[in-house]
Amino acid sequence: MGKRLESTMAWIDDRFPATKMWEEHLSKYYAPKNFNFWYYFGSLALLVLVIQIVTGIFLTMNYKPDGDLAFRSVEYIMRDVNWGWLIRYMHSTGASAFFVVVYLHMFRGLMYGSYKKPRELVWIFGMLIYLALMAEAFMGYLLPWGQMSYWGAQVIISLFGAIPFGIGDSITLWLKGDYIISDATLNRFFALHVIAVPLILVFLVIAHIIALHEVGSNNPDGVDIKKLKNEEGIPLDGIPFHPYYTVKDIVGVGVFLIVFFAVVFFAPEMGGYFLEHANFEPADPLKTPEHIAPVWYFTPFYAILRAVPDKLGGVIAMGAAIVVLFFLPWIDRNGVRSIRYRSLPYKINLTLFAVSFVVLGYFGMQAPTPVGTFVSQVCSLIYFGFFVALFFISRSEKTKPVPARVTH
Amino acid sequence: MNTRTVISAFVLLLMPAASFGASVGVELDHVRIDPTNTASLQRGARTFVNYCLGCHTADYQRYNRIAQDVGLTDEQVVENLVFTTDDAGERTKVGSLMFNNMSKDYGKQAFGASPPNLALTARSRGTDWLYTYLRTFYLDPSRPVGVNNKVFAGASMPHVLWELQGWQKPVYETQTDAHGHEAEVMVGFELVTKGKQTPEEYDRTVADLVNFMAYMADPIKVVRHRVGMWVMLFLIVFLVVAYQLKKEYWRDIVK
Repeated sequence: MGKRLESTMAWIDDRFPATKMWEEHLSKYYAPKNFNFWYYFGSLALLVLVIQIVTGIFLTMNYKPDGDLAFRSVEYIMRDVNWGWLIRYMHSTGASAFFVVVYLHMFRGLMYGSYKKPRELVWIFGMLIYLALMAEAFMGYLLPWGQMSYWGAQVIISLFGAIPFGIGDSITLWLKGDYIISDATLNRFFALHVIAVPLILVFLVIAHIIALHEVGSNNPDGVDIKKLKNEEGIPLDGIPFHPYYTVKDIVGVGVFLIVFFAVVFFAPEMGGYFLEHANFEPADPLKTPEHIAPVWYFTPFYAILRAVPDKLGGVIAMGAAIVVLFFLPWIDRNGVRSIRYRSLPYKINLTLFAVSFVVLGYFGMQAPTPVGTFVSQVCSLIYFGFFVALFFISRSEKTKPVPARVTH
Repeated sequence: MNTRTVISAFVLLLMPAASFGASVGVELDHVRIDPTNTASLQRGARTFVNYCLGCHTADYQRYNRIAQDVGLTDEQVVENLVFTTDDAGERTKVGSLMFNNMSKDYGKQAFGASPPNLALTARSRGTDWLYTYLRTFYLDPSRPVGVNNKVFAGASMPHVLWELQGWQKPVYETQTDAHGHEAEVMVGFELVTKGKQTPEEYDRTVADLVNFMAYMADPIKVVRHRVGMWVMLFLIVFLVVAYQLKKEYWRDIVK
């Protein structure tokens, strides 16, 4: 048995670098041994991607991308397809779970300076994944063809109309494929949602991981473990990803799945945050819902949009809020990576940023009120202020000495 | 419509919440939902097909699914709950979706808007809204059908359950708000014509009906919860095993 397996592997390895890849990315990929709680979310994001792809494939088997049939076909999946409700709830919960995991993953990157040299491209690929994910989620949300699907898409697409000189109108027309959101829009969103964007996502995820494995993982101390190696060239603070982090990540998977399936089985609507109440009514182009709000994961940016009184200005601010993140590796000019060894002003700055993001998310969900708009304006300033402050704080920051080896 | 609708949608978005639809700010009465109470679901189903399904549809739901879920046989459902006919003029089959026999056009002519599908209303409006809505129709001669509603002002639906509830008229009180403005506020209702049921009986009828509508909006709920318990149990065992495995492997890692 052993011999035969070996010779089979040798046969394959002569033709395809299976063992080489396994070793490079798993069994001989040396990761710092001091990963903490925050380091679960990368592997969890990969897990959610797989959940979304697999459940998505099964959903397409019964879903009908047709303005007259879409809503009904979703109810058909929920009621008449065996276990269809489970597949659909996993997919709808998975969408929100994806953003929960990705936001935590991104915040980890912020805290430990994982975007800094030499990981700038890891960060940029990650940001591109985030963009693709937003496009994927936005187009997916149109597919159930409920009232919020329809009007949410209407509002977001109409934002492009703010671009002057008639360009905006042409873009909205081009996106919709019609003068209103219609069957044509639904069909193209379906095509983009089930094949185009997922392909891009998978490609970007591969690029993200290859770039990461090229430079090696960062860690909560922000220490470069490749500086100190033993005589075999293995980092002193590094341990093989497999089996150590595979078994550790399985524990994370266990905890994640408990939370995930608790939502799927016991609160799939999540009080209207994961599945909005108005989306249980079929799309009606003639009836605007009382209160249009995007799903929670878009609301921080939506709040920034509404905080600016001018429509074009709001659209620019919203776009800038996302684009500015791409430049983080160059905005932060300090060589120290981890928050553990950075200054108090830096810590305050990052905390304010995180708080403002959550507060913006909250007010983005609410119907606009004068107080809400004011708080959103303050938080938008804090959001952008973070980057400005970071640029200046990071230049001459009083950092603590970074240890040579990782702590635990 | 296009651009104008888009613009008005956008304008609505930027307007303060207070100016939105009539149902905002009305206090709703709470109703207890119990999808395991099959007797209540059966009574609710009876009310639903007798009073609602004439104008409304519920055609995501199948009759035999009701049979299966609320403890009835297919025959009992056909005899007691199926009152419509199919295209061939025969009694609707038990495996059919819950259509009604009123055309959309007729509905539009009669009520101004075609009565909506009710299969998911408990999820879109909420059960408390339905419970309050169905109990707060009041006489209003200014409306085309002679009634108005407390939670859905200007509703085009007539008070279909009037023979059970009777007719009620609103009681107003003059109240002064914080700014010193006086306003007539609806504080309650007075029964002017008795119905077949006492107010307590009527509340129970509506509670059963809403319970049924909640079931219909989410028919898998009971199964979902049952399966969910087993999944949770499995995952907890899985987590314990995974944690032990991790501990075993990580023994050799020097901190």
